[in-house]
Amino acid sequence: MFTGFMSNTWIVATLVGVVAGMVGFFVVLRRAAFAAHVLPLGAFPGAAAASVLGVSELAGIGVFCGLGVLGISQLQRWDRREVATALWLAVALALGTLFLSMTSEYSQGVYALLFGEVLGVSSHALAPVAVSSAVAIGMTALLFRPLLLDSLSPELAEAAGAPSRRLELAFLTVLALATAMTLPVVGALMVFSLMVGPASAARLLTDRPRVALALTIGLALATVWGSIALSYLTDWPVGFFIGALAALSYAGGRMRAARQAR
Amino acid sequence: MTDTAALSVHGLRVSFSGRPVLKDVQFEVAAGEFCALIGANGSGKTTLLKAILGLLRPQSGEVRIEPGAAGARIGYVPQKISIDPYLPLRSRDVVALGLDGARWGWPRRSRADDARVQEMLEAVGAIEFAERRVGQLSGGQQQRVLIAHALVRRPRLLLLDEPLANLDVRSTAEIVALLRRLSAQYRTAVLLSAHDMNPLLAVIDRIVYLASCCAVSGKADEVIRTEVLSRLYGYHVDVVRVHGRVVVIAAHEPEEIRAALARDPVHTAQVP
Repeated sequence: MFTGFMSNTWIVATLVGVVAGMVGFFVVLRRAAFAAHVLPLGAFPGAAAASVLGVSELAGIGVFCGLGVLGISQLQRWDRREVATALWLAVALALGTLFLSMTSEYSQGVYALLFGEVLGVSSHALAPVAVSSAVAIGMTALLFRPLLLDSLSPELAEAAGAPSRRLELAFLTVLALATAMTLPVVGALMVFSLMVGPASAARLLTDRPRVALALTIGLALATVWGSIALSYLTDWPVGFFIGALAALSYAGGRMRAARQAR
Repeated sequence: MTDTAALSVHGLRVSFSGRPVLKDVQFEVAAGEFCALIGANGSGKTTLLKAILGLLRPQSGEVRIEPGAAGARIGYVPQKISIDPYLPLRSRDVVALGLDGARWGWPRRSRADDARVQEMLEAVGAIEFAERRVGQLSGGQQQRVLIAHALVRRPRLLLLDEPLANLDVRSTAEIVALLRRLSAQYRTAVLLSAHDMNPLLAVIDRIVYLASCCAVSGKADEVIRTEVLSRLYGYHVDVVRVHGRVVVIAAHEPEEIRAALARDPVHTAQVP
């Protein structure tokens, strides 16, 4: 389980865990769980389009993640945040339906893209994942304080000189980047479980912002590593374990918080 | 602008999609002055504060602010905010974000920064709940933490948008007394908006009264007078004092109030 092509899997899984943890921390703090659900699902049609055009699926996913950021932030100028997010999903899924109807060879890839393909990561997939991880981690660290202030109160951030709209655009960009690299590994349906589960648990366990971030990353890593190991041992899908462990970590956090309240 | 003004607003005009909100607002707040911005709901108090903060661009007019220490110009406490009870931020972290919350990069705070945060927490009486999650504090406690957040960089001007709304009588009195004390202690000019002037009348140096898109300002007993406010509203209002409280009453209701009364008879004719 630690040899040959599996070593790539562990490297990618580690990067995915760190990025999903870091970005997921702010997904939960910024109440952006819906966007974290919609961006990967809305990127999925990109893979279908890529297959119609005969280009790399990763390119298609990347393009649709970018379109998602532009679409959601443009729609947010006109309407409420979750309405804007949902409208983007409506458009993306419409396109996805159309693209899927145009191709026949695509269907075998559908399953992998929805539920992930973590057990088969090839060497040439490593470099792009490493680069986008570095960018996503760097941007989140750079924007740590403004994002924290903005999650406390957008008005306070605005008055301090960190305009909410620009922060939202920057954050959606990081989220899209994290999505594009995480999606092929854990799948479109599982990206947001990995982002929301560990972060929502960590913030119950500590009231210190930097400790909560570290704890989120730790829990996300434990979730990814544990899921791969369990999937390897049981032959059950990785996606099952990611979702189950995410829910379990939240349950653990809840119990701990309840014990502290007593 | 006089030499000692912490804030001077001149000929300020703001309109939203053609509808004027502020037509010709001017007033000054002297350094260290404790000043109330009074007006009815929708009279443009928040708009005026946002224009002073530079968050919206006025059609014309000028806002000048005396620069504070280390570039800190204005402290700001927004209207009632709702905070996630599980947000991993303690009161102490919120005050620290007042020092450097807009700055990029990984936070590295010096011992001097920690000391400033500690001093500010003491100044607002937030030591007891300094280590508690800010989302789990009461409204009055949150207000203290947000005031510390706004003052930690020692601005020369502090703006507060309806800080007394949603507070009970006792917390209102405590927050007013706290602001008065901090204003004197740090020589920070304070401009706080409220729809009810009564909890403030005893302590303020100056009142800015906003109505009909314009403002009058001066000492409270110069402004809260029948002839001054009638001129401002553009119709006759009576300033009535009952048991030490002030009420402003429209003698003849203006058209929109008469229309509201016709729709809903329980409306009173009191403005604001």
